[in-house]
Amino acid sequence: MSGGLDNLILTLVTFIPAAGGVLLLLFPRRDRDIRVFALIVSLLTFGLSLHLIAHVHRALPGFQYEVDKPWISAPNIHYHMGVDGISMWLVLLTTFLTPLCVLISWKSIQERVKEFFILLLILETALIGVFTSLDLFLFYFFWESTLIPMALLIGIYGHGRKVYAAVKFFLYTMVASVFMLAAMLWLYAKVGSFDFVTIQNAIRSGQVPGFAAAAPWLFLGFFVAFAVKVPLFPFHTWLPDAHVEAPTAGSVLLAGVLLKMGTYGLLRFNLGLFPEQSRHNAAWIAVLALIGIVYGALVAMVQPNLKKVIAYSSVSHLGFVVLGIFSFTQAGLNGAMFVMLAHGVSTGALFMLAGIIYERKHTYEIADMGGLATPMPNYATFFSFIVLASVGLPLLNGFVGEFLVLSGAFQANPWYGVIGATGVIWSACYLLWMYQRVFFGKVTHAENNTLPDLSAREQLALWPTAIAALVMGVAPLLWLNVIDPAVHATLAPFTQLAGKVVGQ
Amino acid sequence: MNPALQAAQSIPAAVDYVRILPEIVLAIFGMAIMVLDPLMDEKNSQKILGGIGLAGTVAALLSTWAMAQSPGLAFYNMVRVDGFSVFFHVLVIAIASVVILTSYGYMAVQRIRAGEYYGLILFGLVGMCLMSSALELVLIFIALEISSISTYILAGFRRRSAISSESSLKYFLLGSFATSFFLYGVALMFGATGSTNIDEISVALNSGPIPMLAYVAMALMFVGLGFKVAAAPFHVWTPDVYEGAPAPIVGFMSTAPKAAAFAVLLRVVFEANAPGRFWLIWILAALSMTLGNVAALVQTNIKRLLAYSSIAHAGYMLVAFAATPQLGTSAVMFYAASYAAMNVGAFAVVSHLANAGERYVTLEDYAGLGRRAPVLAGALGIFLISLIGIPITGGFFAKFYVFSAALQSNLVGLTIIGLINSAIGAYYYLKVIVVMYMREPREEVPVLPLSPSLGLALAITLAATLYLGVVPGNVLEFAQRSAASLVQRGATEAAGVQISKHRL
Repeated sequence: MSGGLDNLILTLVTFIPAAGGVLLLLFPRRDRDIRVFALIVSLLTFGLSLHLIAHVHRALPGFQYEVDKPWISAPNIHYHMGVDGISMWLVLLTTFLTPLCVLISWKSIQERVKEFFILLLILETALIGVFTSLDLFLFYFFWESTLIPMALLIGIYGHGRKVYAAVKFFLYTMVASVFMLAAMLWLYAKVGSFDFVTIQNAIRSGQVPGFAAAAPWLFLGFFVAFAVKVPLFPFHTWLPDAHVEAPTAGSVLLAGVLLKMGTYGLLRFNLGLFPEQSRHNAAWIAVLALIGIVYGALVAMVQPNLKKVIAYSSVSHLGFVVLGIFSFTQAGLNGAMFVMLAHGVSTGALFMLAGIIYERKHTYEIADMGGLATPMPNYATFFSFIVLASVGLPLLNGFVGEFLVLSGAFQANPWYGVIGATGVIWSACYLLWMYQRVFFGKVTHAENNTLPDLSAREQLALWPTAIAALVMGVAPLLWLNVIDPAVHATLAPFTQLAGKVVGQ
Repeated sequence: MNPALQAAQSIPAAVDYVRILPEIVLAIFGMAIMVLDPLMDEKNSQKILGGIGLAGTVAALLSTWAMAQSPGLAFYNMVRVDGFSVFFHVLVIAIASVVILTSYGYMAVQRIRAGEYYGLILFGLVGMCLMSSALELVLIFIALEISSISTYILAGFRRRSAISSESSLKYFLLGSFATSFFLYGVALMFGATGSTNIDEISVALNSGPIPMLAYVAMALMFVGLGFKVAAAPFHVWTPDVYEGAPAPIVGFMSTAPKAAAFAVLLRVVFEANAPGRFWLIWILAALSMTLGNVAALVQTNIKRLLAYSSIAHAGYMLVAFAATPQLGTSAVMFYAASYAAMNVGAFAVVSHLANAGERYVTLEDYAGLGRRAPVLAGALGIFLISLIGIPITGGFFAKFYVFSAALQSNLVGLTIIGLINSAIGAYYYLKVIVVMYMREPREEVPVLPLSPSLGLALAITLAATLYLGVVPGNVLEFAQRSAASLVQRGATEAAGVQISKHRL
């Protein structure tokens, strides 16, 4: 039964949101209908994406649900899609978060509603495309396609210095990805194909002329594009601006998925195509990741603005991911993947929570809050649950990933583990302190006494994240079972490399 | 007996006339307009003459099809019909038809009497078509003059405006100066090789040592053609001329004569296998891209902004000239087509928004356009995205082919300069999008309702931009086939030796 659907599923999951966006163009401007339609489309996409996980062959390490059709003959570009245990979960993360974004934007977006949801759905297609494409060209195509909807979401629907933030976001990513394009074009010029698997095989069998000399530059070309996206210290300065000014749904997707494009890229392309160079450069990259962990946490601690705290906490958490990736250990990579997913869920939820308070108070300043637990008990409960998940409390999702990353990093170099572990402490400091200042004590501002608690719609948007955070913490094997073989395949050349070193 | 002499003794056959049929048709329609103009009262002339002009371009397209059925030499080896010339015929005629559609409403708004306007477009077209099929340098010179003189007059058509007259005069003076350089080059080339026929020049240059004089001749011809394509350092006229000329004519000038001049350049460079061109082109390309993009950053007048952008785009196209002949030719052809689609489209929007007396042409006048005129703003947005070179638009593949051609010819340095430039370019195009969608208008700027003819023009250019961006294969394959025929004649092997000496 699933034979036919298996071939089609990735195309459907990728393009249904955009198709929905195009249909929305034709809709009359009745805001309610538009919202309902966007919700239906995003739920449909989520439903279809569940097929991926339901029919996955857990034992197979390679790509599944592959589609490979020629698109353009010269240059040789294929419509080649496929997912493995790594990208599959990122697709699911995207389809999981988008309906929540629709729900959370229900009331907060009142002007140009139609355009908002069109942009959101097109963004979803571009994000899914990034994770499903196996042709370098197709990947670049989707990668660049995420830029415009995201920049417009920030620039039109954001607040404060939104135009500045949008342009900064756009230019940072655009300039960085130019280097990736140069590296891709070089590979195409030598291999004659954009196909990821073909290029990977050509490199591994040493059939690429001039590869040894070019490899350091190619590695850097890809690395710069991804490091800006992650963002790795010191390329992170666009992130707080973009986050603070973005609308809630924009922040959720930005933190939840867009940043993972960078870490996914590192995992798939830098490790997949340039294992030797990755090992060669691992030391300084790990140091940057460690700086990111500690620096992000310290800066987060002193932020007076709720969203900035969460934004810098992302810098810190994504540092864990990079550290895990460049530890080249099974545990480290599994952990990095798990942190990516856990961070997507819990930071997405944190941004939704920040957005909820902004809708009521039109400010993110922590000083304007205080004692909110009294007027908004349900809100405070959700918030505390997600904060605990984010801090890394055992049995919630944050713990599993960070633990695995740290154990992997410790195997690679004990100091990585030691310094990285302080990051866990720091995150407890800034998140719990932030929680204390917002929720505990007496209500310091009289107008806060009358704040309404969560509405049914808001609860509907938050419950899935809370459940996911719990399930991921209690039964991480559901996720790791699928991730593990893919990670193992990614690491295969590294174990060979290590073997060579030992042999010598 | 010398074949040329033999041919000269015979009378041109009917097939010779078929091989210049589009030119004949265009000239007849042009003359019809000139004759009918005085017979008509001012009110009706606009519609009828424009209609005749449009009919002329359609008839010319049909006769291009007839011409394409009988490829070969005509008129004593002065003209050659091949895939290459058919491609440029279709391109420039299509550009003209869209420009006529755009001018329809524009002329009425500006209250310019149509008169010889449409006639001049058709006459200019005769010159451009001939440029693309001429093999004889003297004929190329005459065609160049026919096309230039028409555009000089068209540039000054806003008679009541001083800057339009300035534009026309400046263009005329500098343009004549530049064509005389070209003529001088032709004369010296005759001295060096004893011929003015490109095929014979190619034979002469590829057999035996290259005389010093040929290098000088080449350089002088480059000056003339460099002026026509607005390549730095021969670009100084561009911003002033573009600012003053009527907006639809700028759309015309920046694409059609440029495409024709590039066609000549391709014939001279690749078919005649021009000696010593490598560094000349390298420097011209790098300068054009950098100067154009950097100067565009600070422009506030949209016409000047697009003028500098056209200099930069000429630079990108020149990059392909430094590549190997086969790849370079097809890349230039594709670029010319997609640049035509997006730039003519952009100027169609600009000329509509300019309103009476071209009053609204600064960036500030575009503030809030996304709300006031969503269709126009959306169209302009897509053209600008294409000019940046973002996927799913023709501009992306255009840049892509140029840079991959350059990389396959090992031009790493020039490619990196080009890629960095395209990242710089993103900023000023983006600025226009930002202003349209994210700024509130300071004063009320009236937007005229969309006329059917402009709607059609926009639909054609949008469709072409997106077509080239989604399925570029057809056009590219056609370009590659025509390039192959051009290059084979251009003594491929000799060219290969020439270039490999200078690889970067």
